[in-house]
Amino acid sequence: MIRKTVSNVEEALKGVKDGMTFMLGGFGLCGIPEKAIAELVRLGIKDITCISNNAGVDDFGLGLLLQKHQVKKMISSYVGENDEFERQMLSGELEVELTPQGTLAEKCRAAQGGFPAFFTPAGYGTEVAEGKETREFNGKMYVLEEAFKADFAFVKAWKGDEAGNLIFKGTARNFNPCMCGAAGITVAEVEELLPAGSLDPNQIHVPGIFVQRIFKGEGYEKRIEQRTVRKRA
Amino acid sequence: MLDKNGIAKRIAMEVKDGYYVNLGIGIPTLVANFVRDDISVEFQSENGVLGMGPFPFEGEEDADIINAGKQTITTLPGASFFDSATSFSMIRGKHVDLTILGAMEVAENGDIANWKIPGKMVKGMGGAMDLVSSAEDIIVAMMHTNRAGESKLLKRCTLPLTGVKCVKKIVTNLAVIEIDPEGFILLERAPGVSVADIKAATEGTLIVEGDIPRNGHILINLGRISSINYTLHFIHNIRDNFTTIMRF
Repeated sequence: MIRKTVSNVEEALKGVKDGMTFMLGGFGLCGIPEKAIAELVRLGIKDITCISNNAGVDDFGLGLLLQKHQVKKMISSYVGENDEFERQMLSGELEVELTPQGTLAEKCRAAQGGFPAFFTPAGYGTEVAEGKETREFNGKMYVLEEAFKADFAFVKAWKGDEAGNLIFKGTARNFNPCMCGAAGITVAEVEELLPAGSLDPNQIHVPGIFVQRIFKGEGYEKRIEQRTVRKRA
Repeated sequence: MLDKNGIAKRIAMEVKDGYYVNLGIGIPTLVANFVRDDISVEFQSENGVLGMGPFPFEGEEDADIINAGKQTITTLPGASFFDSATSFSMIRGKHVDLTILGAMEVAENGDIANWKIPGKMVKGMGGAMDLVSSAEDIIVAMMHTNRAGESKLLKRCTLPLTGVKCVKKIVTNLAVIEIDPEGFILLERAPGVSVADIKAATEGTLIVEGDIPRNGHILINLGRISSINYTLHFIHNIRDNFTTIMRF
């Protein structure tokens, strides 16, 4: 067994530097790497490029990095819930590359799987396709999109083991599995870190080969963006 | 004239047995409330769930189980969770049968714009571009005119496009319209709305052939609501049935 465990978040983020590109898992605030984000804020590294579906809210998630003006560029599909983000974007402080959500996921998966690029129908005929190669296949037009290149991927899983195998819960899975192994170093933070052999190999969502460092995060906040409930009958 | 629930009710009639359906945010989400009880339908949410159920009971919310609108939800028997790349494989690979989404503008050639107002609003396209570029069947749910009273059914879209030549059908507060190479074909008019009203509210070419049926009577005769749909019935019906607690 090849051991991937590191003792804490400080060790897990060793090597992060100004100007790097990071992938961060999560959809809204669901399944975000809370501990890695907090450590990036503490380290105060600057000019970072973040690949993440959303940009957090003003006071949580990636919003914390935006508040400290640590982010140079965001690559996202939807950024609607963050006022500070909008302010920085409109004032030109923050560079933003909006990417269709499926394309964003596939650009991660392509990097993970060794594909330099792929054709997708998403965005054909829109400003997203401007300057990109297009091609017709079977009478339909497609846009050539390139795989992402990132220095670190920060993902959050529910359970993991010493070998770096990961299991996710509910919709907290989202972009996390696509980002594992899609960057130079993949750092996984988990709610529960177990000895090798504790997880059923049949149930593993991401095999440990895609993860370089794994650690247990303590006290996840797991903030809910829209708490919607129904009354009991 | 139809209200938002009326639009959703009318669109629900387009949902067929065995359909996997992706519902956008806003009016489209309401469609789940009105799907007939005698058919089997599964709702997909692009953040990674198939078999979406109603909101959880108070105290049973799970931060790890949400829909694309970031609302806490539940799952129904037969549901599954998956990653974002798999989710969009379902969408781009045409495994999802029907996409229902909102729009700011639709053009008579089927172009749609719904993600950006230059200089005013830039929230992003989310999954909309993937959805409209791939879905076999796309229905747009929207008001016929914008807040300024201007038509949203145009000869050509003025806003940045989300997709080209993709919309098949539009259901608005005034009418049901099909997109044809010739223009907008008027299929139905809403209760209390005349063909002249619809013409006046449509900037693009409106094709009116023969008598246009009023869709009010169709809506009244909707199917019964089953136990599962009864629960779905309550999705988003916030005013009457839900307590929505916005924590932040």
